[in-house]
Amino acid sequence: MKRLVEKHPLAIRWFHWLNFPILALMIWSGLLIYWANDVYRIGWGPTTLFKFFPESFYKAFNVPQRLAQGMNWHFALMWLFVINGLLYVGYTLVSGEWRHLLPDRNSFKEAILVTLHDLGLRKGEPPVVKYNGAQKIAYTAVVLMGAGSLLTGLAIYKPVQFAWLTGLLGGYEWARAEHFILTIGYVLFFVVHIAQVVRAGWNNFRSMVAGFQIVDAQHPAPGEPVAGAPGRPSSPTLPA
Amino acid sequence: MDNTTDYSAPPLPESPAGLPEADVARQAASRSRRAFIIGGVAALAGVGGWRWLLTRPADEGTPWPFRRVLDANGRLSQAYFRETRLAPTFPKSMATFRQNGNIGLKDSFVTADWRMRVQAYAPAGAPARVQEFTIDDIKALPRVDMTTELKCIEGWSIKVNWVGARFSDFLEKYPLATANGKEARYVSLVTPDEKYYVGLDLSNAVHPQTLLCYEMNGQPLTGPHGAPLRLVTPLKYGIKHLKRIGTIAFVDERPADFWAEQGYDWDSGH
Repeated sequence: MKRLVEKHPLAIRWFHWLNFPILALMIWSGLLIYWANDVYRIGWGPTTLFKFFPESFYKAFNVPQRLAQGMNWHFALMWLFVINGLLYVGYTLVSGEWRHLLPDRNSFKEAILVTLHDLGLRKGEPPVVKYNGAQKIAYTAVVLMGAGSLLTGLAIYKPVQFAWLTGLLGGYEWARAEHFILTIGYVLFFVVHIAQVVRAGWNNFRSMVAGFQIVDAQHPAPGEPVAGAPGRPSSPTLPA
Repeated sequence: MDNTTDYSAPPLPESPAGLPEADVARQAASRSRRAFIIGGVAALAGVGGWRWLLTRPADEGTPWPFRRVLDANGRLSQAYFRETRLAPTFPKSMATFRQNGNIGLKDSFVTADWRMRVQAYAPAGAPARVQEFTIDDIKALPRVDMTTELKCIEGWSIKVNWVGARFSDFLEKYPLATANGKEARYVSLVTPDEKYYVGLDLSNAVHPQTLLCYEMNGQPLTGPHGAPLRLVTPLKYGIKHLKRIGTIAFVDERPADFWAEQGYDWDSGH
């Protein structure tokens, strides 16, 4: 016996899919800007393990000599990135969705177990809930990273008007490095996220498009209270 | 860990139990179709929007929608940010040199013959006035010594010690930006060869840290840094720090700006 279970509210799906091209274009335009002074590398002293970025990378993505274009895209799309992000956070707060997303004291231990399971180092399924501990941490972290990109971005966009912020972040040069590191963080998040979505399969992917997931009625539906556990208030339901 | 711990967030809403399997499949198929069609249309609209943006006629080197957004961002800064806010200053010992950009400096040039031409503000009805200044006229104004961060639009930044006269002190002694009780909106600065030029809002030009600068890091300005007199304006990117000032004009129309014409932000403010 199968049944449909509502998973992602319509609003969350829109925020998610709008954020994808917006953030992708912010990263791309940021890369066009970064090219003009590409000073970051992984290494020490005269030893460089990896330079951000190799010439071949720039060539492949047609990056060189497009600083003005990069800035123009960046300072237009920043508005959409911030508005979409604020609406998303506001929605999760008002709708109660934040309770699915915010890690609690169990999430960190659970995240380790989930990671070991995903790496094939531990038998036994992780708990069947909307988001497991690893997901809660990852999805909350990426929202905090968004806030970090906004703050470090403002610190380097208007470093005199926001001098207090730039100072708090360690000065202009540090704020620029932090802005860059956060971007690398998104790329790493993206790689893991895509791998996990592929792994989780079609049913899970479709839930981020159509909102529902098909579950086998013999098994407890995701999010159903575990026997013997105290009940939780249910979140308000929303038309999907 | 306690096995009975409830990890779960609130239960998810679900379809009414007991629906026949075929109905579940039909419902799933129709909802999926609808969602993917809407998603596909939204994606196409996004691609269409991208194409539309990139094919708009250019306004100063960038498709006009981008120019509108840049100018709106600039107006927002002017409206909500305080022009009087000061750029952070640093100990003089942190100052370093870096030379970048020589547009407007290529002609051979005799510093001793240099005069700065200033076209006074001349709104409709006011007579055109031009006044010339020597470097000694500028050096006679109160001397200001400050170490601020110079930020290049490319991304790098250095601390530089600047010595010069406040633009506002210059205007106080020579009130060339006002005429008939009116004040110019913009300042235009151009190199003697007219190859490099920048525009500033007058409010930015009279910022207490905007200098007519003649010394850098304890030495008289050298040729590549804009001898004998350059602009320093720490509330703007380096591209606005015009070297080797030739002509200054006070006007109401937004002046031409070398890098803005190449697609960059006219305001370029911090």
